Parts: sequence; C-alpha cells; structure tokens
Amino acid sequence: MIAYILKRLLATIPAISVVAVLVFMLLRLTPGDPAAILAGDAASPEQIAQIRANLGLEEPLLVQFGIWLKQMALGDLGESFYFKIKVIDLIGQRLEPTLSLAALTIVIAVLVSVPLGVLAAWRFGGWFDRVLMGFSVMGFSVPVFVLAYILIWLLSVKLGWFPVQGYKRMADGFGPYIYHLILPAVTLSVIYIALIARITRASVLEALGEDYIRTARAKGLLESQVLVKHALANAAIPIVTVIGIGIALLIGGVVVTESVYAIPGLGRLTVDAVLARDFPTIQGVILFFSLVYVLVNLLVDLSYVFFDPRIRY
Amino acid sequence: MAQQDTSSLSVEAASVRPQQSAWQRMRASGSVRFGAIFLFILIFISVFAPWLGTVDPTLFDAASRDLLPGKFGEIMTLEGEVLKHQFLMGSDSFGRDIYSRVIYGTQVSLLVGLLTALASLALGIVFGLLSGYIRWVDSVVMRVMDGLMAIPSILIAIALVALWRGSITTVIIAITIPEGPRVTRLVRSLVLSIREEPYVEAAIAIGTPTWRIMLFHILPNTVAPLVVQGTYICAAAILVEAILSFLGVGLPPDIPTWGNIMAEGRPQFIQYPHNIFFPGIFLAITVLAVNILGDGLRDTLDPKMAKRL
Repeated sequence: MIAYILKRLLATIPAISVVAVLVFMLLRLTPGDPAAILAGDAASPEQIAQIRANLGLEEPLLVQFGIWLKQMALGDLGESFYFKIKVIDLIGQRLEPTLSLAALTIVIAVLVSVPLGVLAAWRFGGWFDRVLMGFSVMGFSVPVFVLAYILIWLLSVKLGWFPVQGYKRMADGFGPYIYHLILPAVTLSVIYIALIARITRASVLEALGEDYIRTARAKGLLESQVLVKHALANAAIPIVTVIGIGIALLIGGVVVTESVYAIPGLGRLTVDAVLARDFPTIQGVILFFSLVYVLVNLLVDLSYVFFDPRIRY
Repeated sequence: MAQQDTSSLSVEAASVRPQQSAWQRMRASGSVRFGAIFLFILIFISVFAPWLGTVDPTLFDAASRDLLPGKFGEIMTLEGEVLKHQFLMGSDSFGRDIYSRVIYGTQVSLLVGLLTALASLALGIVFGLLSGYIRWVDSVVMRVMDGLMAIPSILIAIALVALWRGSITTVIIAITIPEGPRVTRLVRSLVLSIREEPYVEAAIAIGTPTWRIMLFHILPNTVAPLVVQGTYICAAAILVEAILSFLGVGLPPDIPTWGNIMAEGRPQFIQYPHNIFFPGIFLAITVLAVNILGDGLRDTLDPKMAKRL
C-alpha cells in the first residue's frame, strides 16, 4: 500500500511541473514586455523597472524560471496592481465563498446522481433510464449561465423563494449562509449530476452483469442489498474517478456561477482580474486552481485504497 | 475504462446489425437525423440571415429602447432612413433588434464551433500520430498534454484571450489549446492499437516507409472516432465562446454573438428577461443538437466507443 501511495505521490510531480512551466511561459510567449504587462497599464517606468529586476528579466530564460519557481514555492505570487494587495492574500480572502459553493455542489450532486444512476442501471432500457439519459444530455448542453438565469427568474423573481443574488459569510449565521448558497449550488450541480449519473449507470450496469450478482440474488438477498452492497460497491472506483475529473467542470462552472450570482469568490476574482488585465492575479488564480485540481485527483487515486482492497496488498 | 469497453461490446453488438453499412445505420438513427436536421436549419439561418426579416444587427434607435417581444417600433438605418420594424424578440437598452442580433449570432457560433473542431482535430492528429509512432516524441508530447489537461480548460481559454485580447482568431486558438490534448490522447491510443494490426505488420514487412504507413494505413482507421470527437468539440467550443463573451472577455462587444447579447442584457435582467432568454434558448438548443448528433454518430460509426462516456 505504501508503495502505491508513494507511486501516486511521485506521479503528480510531472503534472505539477508542466503546469508550472506552462503558466511561466504564458507571460513570456506573449508579445510585449512581461514586466510592463505585469505592472498594468497605469504603472510608472520606475515600477516597471522594479518588477523587471524582481523577475530577473535580464537573465537567461532558465534562470528566470528558477527565480520564478522559488518565488512561487514560497507563496510569493506577486502583488495585484488592481486590488493593491498581495495575490496570495487576495486568494485567501476569496476562498470561503468558492469552497462553500463547491462543497455544497458536490454534496448535492453526489446525493442526487448516484441513486439516479443506480436506478437507471437497475431498470436498464426502461422509461426511467431513458428519461435520465435524456436529462443527462440536456445537462451537458444547457449552459450554466442560461440555467442560472432561468432558475433566478422562476424561483427568485416569480416565486420569491430565494434571493436573486448575493452571498452571506458563514460568520453572519448559518441560516442566511445556506439560504444564499442553495440556488447557485443547485445551478452548478446540474452538469455534475449529468456526468456522475451517466458513469454510475454505466459502471453499475457492468457490475450487474457479473456472476457474484447472480450468486447474491440466488442466495435470496434483498434486491436493495444486491444493488448497494454488491453492484454499487464494485462500481465505486469509476464513480469516484469521475467526481475527481469533474472538478475541472466545477472550476469552470464556479467562474460563471459566481459572476451571475454576484458571489465574491475566486471565480469572480478570475473574471475581474481578466477584465482589469491584472496578470499577477490571473497567474496566481490559474496556478491555484490547477494545483487544487491535481491534488483532488491525487486524493481520488489514494481513495482507491479504501474502495478496492486489492490495492492494499 | 478498458474492461468496460469489452463488456459493452456484446451489448452493442446485438443492436448493430453487421450487414448494414455505417451510412445506412447513420440514416436510420433518430439522433443523427435530429441533430443533422437541426444543424442544417442553423446553417441555413446563418447563410440567409440578411433575408430572414432582419435589420443590420448593429443598428440602434433611442426611440425603440427596451421594447418587449412582438412590439412595433422604429429603427434608423445608416443612411438615415427610418424603418418601421416589428421587434419579434424585443429590443435591448440601446434599441437594437434582439431577433436580428440572435440570427446573426448564429454565424459566429457556427464558425467558432466548426473551426475550433477542425483546428483541434488537426493538432491532435499531428501530435497523436507522431507520439503514437515515435517513442521519444511520445514522452515529451504526452507530458505537455497531461500538464495542459491539468489546467481547467476555461481557465486556459480565459487567460489566453486576456493576453491576446479578444477576436475570432484568438478565441478559436484559445479554445483549441485546451481541446487539442484530448484529441491527441485519442489519436495516440488509436495508433497504439492499430499499429499492432496484421495489415500494418504486412506493410512494414514489404518495406513501406513510415510516413506512408501513418498516412495511408493508420490514419484512415481513426476517422470514425475522430468525427465523433470533432462533433463534441464543436459543441464545447460553441459553449465556451458564449461563456467567454458572456463574461466580457471573449469577442468584442460590437460583434453580435449569443454570449455578447446576454452580457448586455445582464444589468436589466429582472425587468427585461427576453434579452437573455432568446439567445440562451438558441445557444442551449444548438449545443443540445450538436451533442445529440455526436451521440448518434458515436453509436452508429463507432460502437466500441459507445459506452465509454
């Protein structure tokens, strides 16, 4: 097991280093002076010179990369010229809304999609299966912001059930906090539900064809036990994997959802930074999101140990 | 995933009758028909946009601001001539005709979808063939592709567009860069399995040059999965372009695209939801139709891939 965990840990190193190289190159491959781009349109020549010295732009590319890597590793993502604070602090400030939104979305998505997928596989080819698969194609196709506006219009404007936009901090009380988060999380969960339900259905369907299912049924187990303990348990790995891969979708969705619902999180920060062409922030946010994505998928890989006892030996 | 495919084969094989050609299966498939018909309608709309009761989508008239759908109003042409016009989908806060803008927006969406799909396929074919066939290229190319896939695709697109400033070309390149690696992976895995086929071995045995094997023996056998993948990329590209424009980082606001129309409708969404709903419906149905076409093509052209996702 330790060998497996070590192997997975090592396997993230190439991915993270390539991400680092790509983000580093992003700025260098752009026409124009990287220092001027980083300093922003309103910077004075002294500020630009200062940044140029910091980045070591007179040095060869490899040395620049070394300097940059060292700064990033120490958490020095530079200073946002738009928000006038350190990028790392900026990310820290915006973390709570995004984490809350993502966590609630994942909870809703898993609670809804896994049972639906199991049911669809159980009644493979029946009306429920077809409706769910139809819904799943739609879930992939309806853009998250269009869905957001439909839900706001229907549930907030017409029915008045939810606030139209906005965010309340957890410190302001748990009730208002959840109340403001539900609609964004439901919006964001739709595409995720479509994805997870599909995979759950496919992998449970595959498990249901195995001999041990026939055995379990033959020995008189309740159908619910056959489905959950035997079929779903053996289908767990693809499901957990797709939840990890889906984090990429979620991050894309967060950017859009936070803009529509006016949630002051990292997604909103990304858009604001791009509109202001605030490069230190853009670079920091991309690095942060990519690291989260790689780490979540590392955790997913490690969770296989729990779901598949064979890996433990 | 690999084990899944073999078991799904038996399920699919039963429904795919071998005596039918791929073309016949495609024509019989409801999904392919639905998707293709809808796509033709959209192509028709975008080609004949000027003759579908539209006005110039950039025309505006202060007297016709924020009209509700179906209302009549006036619009002034560039020559100063005042036209009486029915605003089928209402007008926006500048007094522009939403219907005309949505119809013209079809052109941009289809163009971006199609060109991005072609560019991603081209990129993927070149790198996929090379890395499937040449070992040292493989280790370098695949590491870069893995890294690219570790960055969520919207973020890459947003960052690139921010660096280059939005135009149709930059948007297409910005969406191609995150999509290309997926095609590369697909082509590479296809090449790895196809190169073990007896006919490739035979070609090598009689001394066929490598480039000839790649182009005439391997490439033709990757067409079916690539057509399917290309369709999905087209749908994704239409979606991402709309998201970028909606967020205000995509195409310049003077170009009528579905995303731009929605972006302009945001501030007054509560009073005038038609600004967002009409382009939104067009966008959703278009992406849905292209995705359904992709599902249909996948089931008929490439039964092996049918159950993968």
